[in-house]
Amino acid sequence: METIERAIDRSHMQVSDEVAVQITQMNKWYGQFHVLRDINLTVNKGERIVIAGPSGSGKSTLIRCINRLEEHQSGRIVVDGTELTSDLKNIDKVRSEVGMVFQHFNLFPHLTILENCTLAPIWVRKVPKKEAEDTAMHFLHKVKIPEQAHKYPGQLSGGQQQRVAIARSLCMRPRIMLFDEPTSALDPEMIKEVLDTMIELAEEGMTMLCVTHEMGFAQAVANRVIFMDQGQIVEQNEPYAFFNNPQSERTKLFLSQILGH
Amino acid sequence: MSDTHAETVAFVRETMLPQAAPPASQTGAVRWLRENLFSTWVNGALTVLGLLAIFWLGTHLLPWFLHGVWNANSLAECREIIANRWGDEASGACWAVIRERWNQFLFGFYPSHLYWRPILALLLLFAALAPVLFGSAPRQLLILSLAYPGLAYLLLWGGSVWFPISAYLGFGAGIAAFLLLRRAGQSLLAPIVAVLAAVLWWLFLAGPVERGLQSMIPLAMEPVRSNAFGGFVLSITIGVAAIALSLPLGIVLALGRRSDMFLVKALSVGFIEFIRGVPLITLLFTASLLLNYFLPPGTNFDIILRVIIMVTLFAAAYIAEVIRGGLAALPRGQYEAADALGLDYFKSMRLIILPQALKISIPGIVSTFIGLFKDTTLVIFVGLLDPLKGITDAVRAAIEWKGIYWEPFIFVGAIFFVFNFAMSRYSMHLERRLKRDHR
Ligand SMILES: Nc1ncnc2c1ncn2[C@@H]1O[C@H](COP(=O)(O)OP(=O)(O)O)[C@@H](O)[C@H]1O
Ligand SMILES: [Mg+2]
Repeated sequence: METIERAIDRSHMQVSDEVAVQITQMNKWYGQFHVLRDINLTVNKGERIVIAGPSGSGKSTLIRCINRLEEHQSGRIVVDGTELTSDLKNIDKVRSEVGMVFQHFNLFPHLTILENCTLAPIWVRKVPKKEAEDTAMHFLHKVKIPEQAHKYPGQLSGGQQQRVAIARSLCMRPRIMLFDEPTSALDPEMIKEVLDTMIELAEEGMTMLCVTHEMGFAQAVANRVIFMDQGQIVEQNEPYAFFNNPQSERTKLFLSQILGH
Repeated sequence: MSDTHAETVAFVRETMLPQAAPPASQTGAVRWLRENLFSTWVNGALTVLGLLAIFWLGTHLLPWFLHGVWNANSLAECREIIANRWGDEASGACWAVIRERWNQFLFGFYPSHLYWRPILALLLLFAALAPVLFGSAPRQLLILSLAYPGLAYLLLWGGSVWFPISAYLGFGAGIAAFLLLRRAGQSLLAPIVAVLAAVLWWLFLAGPVERGLQSMIPLAMEPVRSNAFGGFVLSITIGVAAIALSLPLGIVLALGRRSDMFLVKALSVGFIEFIRGVPLITLLFTASLLLNYFLPPGTNFDIILRVIIMVTLFAAAYIAEVIRGGLAALPRGQYEAADALGLDYFKSMRLIILPQALKISIPGIVSTFIGLFKDTTLVIFVGLLDPLKGITDAVRAAIEWKGIYWEPFIFVGAIFFVFNFAMSRYSMHLERRLKRDHR
């Protein structure tokens, strides 16, 4: 686990009253398997939420429901005022406003870094090519790899690829960012560079939902930690209380395993 | 266990070693021979056996080629020359048949004063293919690529210049209908009406428009009937048309087979499995005989066109399966990343999925194309003169060349080999070119 040593600039980290994501009484099944059970979650704009829990507890499934990579079977999910139903228009609208970063980066290997970043703005947002490239370079600067713009993903290290993936999402100017274990596939020395990028994003006031085991990150930037087990939200609290005074037995067990004491 | 201590004693290297050359026995021809030909006793024995086989083949076949006769007017004359020159026992090739009849192998019964037309069509084909095959070709050539089908039709079959032009206008009608409806906000209706507009044009308007234009400005080339086609003109016409049409159809079928929509999926699977389960010859017979029952009497539906349709359907089913393999090989993350970025189905297929899936499928696709090209010789069964049997039989029917056997087959086989080998090399070139992207 990475401990965060730098000071966090909290001046822009303000949670607004506006709701970004509202999930009410949501259930999901894979066939007969009840994978998400009665999920209720409201995320306000500017919140940084970390979702933790043992493997198989439904964390990925939950955040993948938010941009409809998975379909929920009952309950409501409203993202930025748009309810997710089978209406394709709504789904496209939500997807273009919600960025997602995957555990395995999922960059497009046949396109250069720059093309990876400009593809969606050009084809979905209809941004002119030149403008899209300028935006892409801006974000590649921000994740500190502008010099790799003309290489292919296969030529970059894992940490660099994940930073490109973050830049690629940011190029769509999303209002909400979802992270699904963004550092789990990385070698230890690369975790820090990706976490740094995520911290900077948090410092700018981005609404973030992160599935991660990086408890140092959670303590440093999250304003809420959600603990899931067996498809349910078992406990949620602000980070200090969550780590120092967990209420449920499951949370205590999980923390003792993951923090190693 | 005292020696284990030696390894745990602290050690620090004082001088770094420079890079050294490998021992001599590890390099050069000797090493290559030992590793590749004589690495084991079995391998050594196989090497010797292989050399013996090559030697045997060489001593038996080489004289036949070396004794070949190019200047003669009949098979009998060939035999006489060989007997005189190399003795009564000697055998030799009679290449004179190729020298005298090469034009029939290449052009069938295409009128000889019009040979320039298929030749020009073939040359233009390479120019038209350049922008598709090689990324570096000038963009303007794309116009030629688009015009090529009409141009090739005109060159091969001749007839009124207005015929292909009015056919192209059908595409124009479709595109115009599409754009108009899309501007009116009917994006769902647009493609359907576009196809309808084009089909209606072809059925009802293309004919009168062509005749009208023809009567105003008579422009025509000497027509050549389909039954004059033969040899490689026929094979290449069918092969190129079917290759060009089967790739897009195969892609559509492959995507259809993976579709979530039940009907689309069922139709694709049914089509693919039916076509793959039936021999090509059955389809060709269907094309030549059965279609006549279904079409209104008196319709003159060109036999070459029918064969092209059947060969296309046949190849498309195989291509679809090859591409399905490529699609299945892509990690799910690629689809998810495209979805998460908000790309719709068609954009994610076109920009993300197909470029990668097609790249994986290149060897299989090219194998299918090569098979298709060779299968064009099966048109003999519907009475067309393929180069291998149709033309060869026609040549052997002449009194002078009665009894000749191997030479035409070798000649035709060699030409097929040149084309297919070129395709195979091109596919390897393409794989290498695309691989650079992915290190
Ligand atoms: N596509 C799927 N089909 C069936 N079961 C699935 C599928 N995806 C995930 N699951 C199951 O759902 C549960 C939750 O998975 P997931 O959300 O990936 O958990 P987490 O991300 O917390 O490790 C697991 O038991 C997993 O096996
Ligand atoms: Mg997961």
